[in-house]
Amino acid sequence: MNEIFHLQQNIEFTTAKTILEYSYLLSAVFFVVGLKLQNKPDTARRGNLWAAAGMFLASLMTILLQTDDQGHGIRNLGYIFLSIGAASVIGALIARKVKMTAMPQLVSFFNATGGLASALISFMGFFETSLSQKGTILVSLLGVLVGAVAFSGSMIAYGKLEGKVGDIRSGIMRYVNMLLLLISVAFIVFLMMVTTHSVTVTWLMFGFLFIALLYGVLFVMPIGGADMPVVISLLNAFTGIAAAFTGFLYANYMMILGGILVGAAGTILTIVMCNAMNRSLLNVIVGAFGGSSGVQGSEGGVIKEIQPSDAAVLMAYSSKVTVVPGYGLAVSQAQHTVHELEKLLESKGVTVKYAIHPVAGRMPGHMNVLLAEADVDYSKLVEMDDINPEMEQTDVVVVIGANDVVNPAAVNVPGSPIYGMPIIRADQSKNIIVMKRGMGKGYAGIENPLFFLDQTRMLFGNAKDSLQKLIEEVKSL
Amino acid sequence: MDAVIQFLYAYHQEIFIVVLATFLGFELIASVPSVLHTPLMSGANAISGVVIVGAIIYTGHATHWVDILVGSVALFMATLNVTGGFVVTDRMLEMFKKKKTKE
Repeated sequence: MNEIFHLQQNIEFTTAKTILEYSYLLSAVFFVVGLKLQNKPDTARRGNLWAAAGMFLASLMTILLQTDDQGHGIRNLGYIFLSIGAASVIGALIARKVKMTAMPQLVSFFNATGGLASALISFMGFFETSLSQKGTILVSLLGVLVGAVAFSGSMIAYGKLEGKVGDIRSGIMRYVNMLLLLISVAFIVFLMMVTTHSVTVTWLMFGFLFIALLYGVLFVMPIGGADMPVVISLLNAFTGIAAAFTGFLYANYMMILGGILVGAAGTILTIVMCNAMNRSLLNVIVGAFGGSSGVQGSEGGVIKEIQPSDAAVLMAYSSKVTVVPGYGLAVSQAQHTVHELEKLLESKGVTVKYAIHPVAGRMPGHMNVLLAEADVDYSKLVEMDDINPEMEQTDVVVVIGANDVVNPAAVNVPGSPIYGMPIIRADQSKNIIVMKRGMGKGYAGIENPLFFLDQTRMLFGNAKDSLQKLIEEVKSL
Repeated sequence: MDAVIQFLYAYHQEIFIVVLATFLGFELIASVPSVLHTPLMSGANAISGVVIVGAIIYTGHATHWVDILVGSVALFMATLNVTGGFVVTDRMLEMFKKKKTKE
């Protein structure tokens, strides 16, 4: 009798565990399908919902069915629902309310929260693990390191994108960072050798956490504006990897798969961004740009200004106009204005396209979201390699708040710091109008010979104001 | 060295998953057009919130108040990542979709 009872209890226990494990499998499938659907603009939204459904399923089933070794289910439900409820409301509100132009900051912020969660769980996991289980200890330490770096690094990236944190450009930084990395490794090696939990070990763990956080801060500090797309992608990969480490702690394959998929996505984007700048990841992290080498000397030449009225005539009587947007467009929030100008010109029979450089803006695909917000049809957004062959037949190229991505020095001046970087060949078109606030140099601090070409005209002023004036002029034609 | 062997032995199944997931991830994402880079990054970012499951398990079995507190904070952060990430991605992709129906 007693035995049968025992078996029944076991079967119940086993059933719950089986359902849970297969729910995790289903969630993992949802993640994969979701990412697959995000390959195309038409299905991307559905893909995102699939992934969200996978996450919901996994969380719900964990709360309902997860049991520990003693067969205890999930307790502290009050705290759990409070945390989930509050964070859901706050997260959804932030995500709904924040302006589209603040998107890079927002992505960084959410990335930071995920990194922090992984770091905390790994940190606590360390103390729950017997120090003889070296494998698990290693996993928890790596989880703390990667999660903490992702957290503090993303917060600094957030601060920079908000304009609240400046850059530190100093040759010493690379040595400081190298030292911090070495100290982190030393902490890991030492903590791996400890045999019993003690107060000292606890303090060491706090020291390790602190060093990891500090490393995240100092690792992002020297990296400036135009390199942001690389850093954001990289930090995204870190958060995924940190989540995968916590998956190791719980022997949870779904968490590992989810984390690694994100790690792979972040890695690919990092590589794409680096290639788009013709620079190695190391070169970006060390921050080799800062201050220009005086190679290009006095390119100089004469700057020719143009008035909005003349620019309007030039554009309205062209057959092909291409807009090259850059971070300046985002700063002056001129995406709606540029779309208005585009519609106006199209109504006059001008073909208008947008040439999108992969690293234009502050995160991968930044210009695309920005213009999508303004209702620009995404078929008008043309990638660099597709638009470049058309440049010679283009009547007017309008460069709005972009600089380095159209700098012909990348092609012509072998000594230039950006030599070899793929650029949009604005210099090959018949006329070039450059909208700029002033004669300041771009992020890279490099003189741009494009501004001095015979066919180039400068239209100084805030991009939004200039575009508005252009619209009025075109209307009055 | 012992630690490494122990690690490799104890986690051989997990490592199996990691290696295959890496290939799968590269295959899935390599062909995403640059138009979708931002939503992809933001959507992937939301998926990295899977640590929410770990946070639920941790908090659900905690007994000491410190553990409950830390677990709840981690759970709060993970949920923020998940909800915020999915909602903001949806908002971005909604903008991409609109144009289709309009034309």
